[in-house]
Amino acid sequence: MKNKNPIWDFFASVKLALFTLFFLSTTSIIGTIIPQKETTQWYIDRYGEATANLFQILSITPDMYSSVWFLCLLGLLCLNLIVCSLDRFPGVWRQIKADNLNTPLNRLEKMEPQCRWQLSNPPESSTMALKIALKTNGWKAEERKLDNAFLLFAQRGAMTRTGVYIVHASILVIFAGAIIGSVLGFKGSIMLPETKTSDKAYAFGTNSPIDLGFTVRCDRFNIEFYDNGMPKSYRSQLAILENGKVVKEKAIVVNDPLSYKGITFYQSSYEAYPEFSITITNKKTGLSETAIIPYQQQRSLDKSGLRFGIINAEAQGKVVSKMKIWMSDDKGEPSLFWLNDGEQVTVERPQNNFTVSAKQMYGTGLQVGKDPGVWTVYTGCALMILGLIVAFFMSHQRIWLYICEETDGKSSILMAGNANKNKAGFEKTFQALTQTIKKV
Amino acid sequence: MNSSQLIGITTFTYLFSTILYAALFIFKTKRLGPLATIFTFIAFLIQTAGIGLRWLESYQIGMGRAPLTNMYESVVFFAWSIILIYLVIEWKFKTRIIGAFAVPFAFLAMAYASFSSGITKEIVPLIPALQSNWLIAHVVTCFIGYSAFAVAAGLGIMYLIKNTSETRQSTNDSTLLGSLPPLKVLDDITHKTMVFGFLWLSVGIMTGAIWANSAWGTYWSWDPKETWSLITWFIYAITLHARYTRGWGGTRIAWLAIFGFISVIFTYYGVNFLLAGLHSYGSSN
Ligand code: HEM
Repeated sequence: MKNKNPIWDFFASVKLALFTLFFLSTTSIIGTIIPQKETTQWYIDRYGEATANLFQILSITPDMYSSVWFLCLLGLLCLNLIVCSLDRFPGVWRQIKADNLNTPLNRLEKMEPQCRWQLSNPPESSTMALKIALKTNGWKAEERKLDNAFLLFAQRGAMTRTGVYIVHASILVIFAGAIIGSVLGFKGSIMLPETKTSDKAYAFGTNSPIDLGFTVRCDRFNIEFYDNGMPKSYRSQLAILENGKVVKEKAIVVNDPLSYKGITFYQSSYEAYPEFSITITNKKTGLSETAIIPYQQQRSLDKSGLRFGIINAEAQGKVVSKMKIWMSDDKGEPSLFWLNDGEQVTVERPQNNFTVSAKQMYGTGLQVGKDPGVWTVYTGCALMILGLIVAFFMSHQRIWLYICEETDGKSSILMAGNANKNKAGFEKTFQALTQTIKKV
Repeated sequence: MNSSQLIGITTFTYLFSTILYAALFIFKTKRLGPLATIFTFIAFLIQTAGIGLRWLESYQIGMGRAPLTNMYESVVFFAWSIILIYLVIEWKFKTRIIGAFAVPFAFLAMAYASFSSGITKEIVPLIPALQSNWLIAHVVTCFIGYSAFAVAAGLGIMYLIKNTSETRQSTNDSTLLGSLPPLKVLDDITHKTMVFGFLWLSVGIMTGAIWANSAWGTYWSWDPKETWSLITWFIYAITLHARYTRGWGGTRIAWLAIFGFISVIFTYYGVNFLLAGLHSYGSSN
């Protein structure tokens, strides 16, 4: 029952699909050649005023892939998919649900592959025996008595006809997930110094603050290096606080983010500050004090009155690996010693021993995102794989056995079958099946 | 013996395989057939050992990781999966001549990996962003897809060569091209190989998206590499639809197989070198 509305037909056509896919592919190339998301000035510097203007008018810059015309193309693809599926699916459903015992004999006679043989029993008992034989071979047959004949029908994989529609629907599910994400989600970042907290993130592009609804604190940031100096890991110890209480803690690394209430924090960058956290412990009294001091400034501790400062450092860029510390308890000459970042030494003083540890202060760069559509997108992906496997590798196979009476009380059998795909494979299955059930 | 030597040997064994299959094709010495297959299979085993050894070596030097994370390793894996897919096709469709059009791709990939000056063969440690099992899944699935498309392009070339000769002269087993499988068979194998590749490319794009999401919080950012993989995917989607619903076949599908593979090469190689510098991680695999 074709709908004869020409507009409907237009949107249901595969020609339109081919056109849309072709157009999407070719226009997508533009955005891979012309860099995206740069500033207006950048485009003017690179391409000149006139060309930069033209790009802007055509929405090729700064962000072609979210321009109206590109989104319209994606919308057209979706509309095409929906109309095409609505147009075809009812027919496919009828085929799945069809009463195949109604198939007329003359269609069976023309079907390929087919096979004919005779049995010495009358049709009734032959049919019984064949039905059992089919069952033991994995084909569950239905039966119908016709005028002096019997028809058996069995099928496999009728539902596999829906495979293509699962694939097409999965594309819509993925688009739905993307829309959910862009409407209800956000993407931003924060640069969070160690020991500091934030209850906001800053949106990409606009930098406008976004309330997180809770507080995030960075307790510690670490970089590890390989022997050859390449970075091995960036690790931030994060804590989530609500009403001043820690409700969640996690050490995040690249590829292993922290999520809380739908908001996810990704390790993305860092900054090294010219500030150091120094902890000094008096070995005799056990008194331990920590202070944060800037580079090359003297400081004294509140309780013990110890004075100290960092007078020199070895650094790679801004990352300090080793620092030289000056320390005095006013009892004898001041101590001068080198200390590796993050490590501890014991300093012997005339009247006392101290352990000293020092660590450079960092800020961790976090990407902050909320995307409630991700699981919809992943569900779409899973559906697509499922649909592709069904559409490509499975088929709907049907067999009919027409059993009619011969004059001498024998019965003659016509077995025929077909498959909607992989016909060669089906023919083999069919031959093997006839070989076994002919022995009945 | 270390992994580089084993992998280096593979370059020459695949060259020799190419020569064997070409000789089989040109001189039609049937006896060469099993020899070509056995030799290619042994070369494949050597390469497998080489890749395995490289994996082991990365653990010995304390940066244990799968050998799939830079240009050199991915090209080697590409060659490996082309041979794997080819051997499966040879075994399934019982035809050896295809080797003359598929094995050269593996040899070219290996030669590029071995001799190009722009490629480092050292086992370098992984920067934090690349330390992910999703990355491994992503590379493996993409390259199985790419290899299938390479073989499909080889089949497409065969089809076109055979087709032009058939329109000029009647097929005749004594001519050079008479030994090629019939056009219908070639068309069918090309299609099946593309379908197989399409499935893997789809999974490859998805695992890549999941990886990007776990590292950066964005599963899709229209990065040139991502966009090109999508363009490639569209090209094969167009090919499938043209065949299923508009009855395209033969020459047109053969051209699309070749055209699709050019897009694969561009996604994989061109984006890194021609469009490099735009996005930091576009060039990381
Ligand atoms: C990127 C988007 C698309 C993908 C990945 C896709 C995928 C597929 C796949 C895998 C098949 C199965 C072929 C087979 O039977 O093995 C198929 C068939 C088909 N597709 Fe699509 N498709 C897409 C877009 C579209 C669009 C927009 C239309 C709209 C007209 C469409 C119409 C069809 C039709 C009519 C079939 C044949 C169904 C049948 O055999 O009964 N497709 N598609």
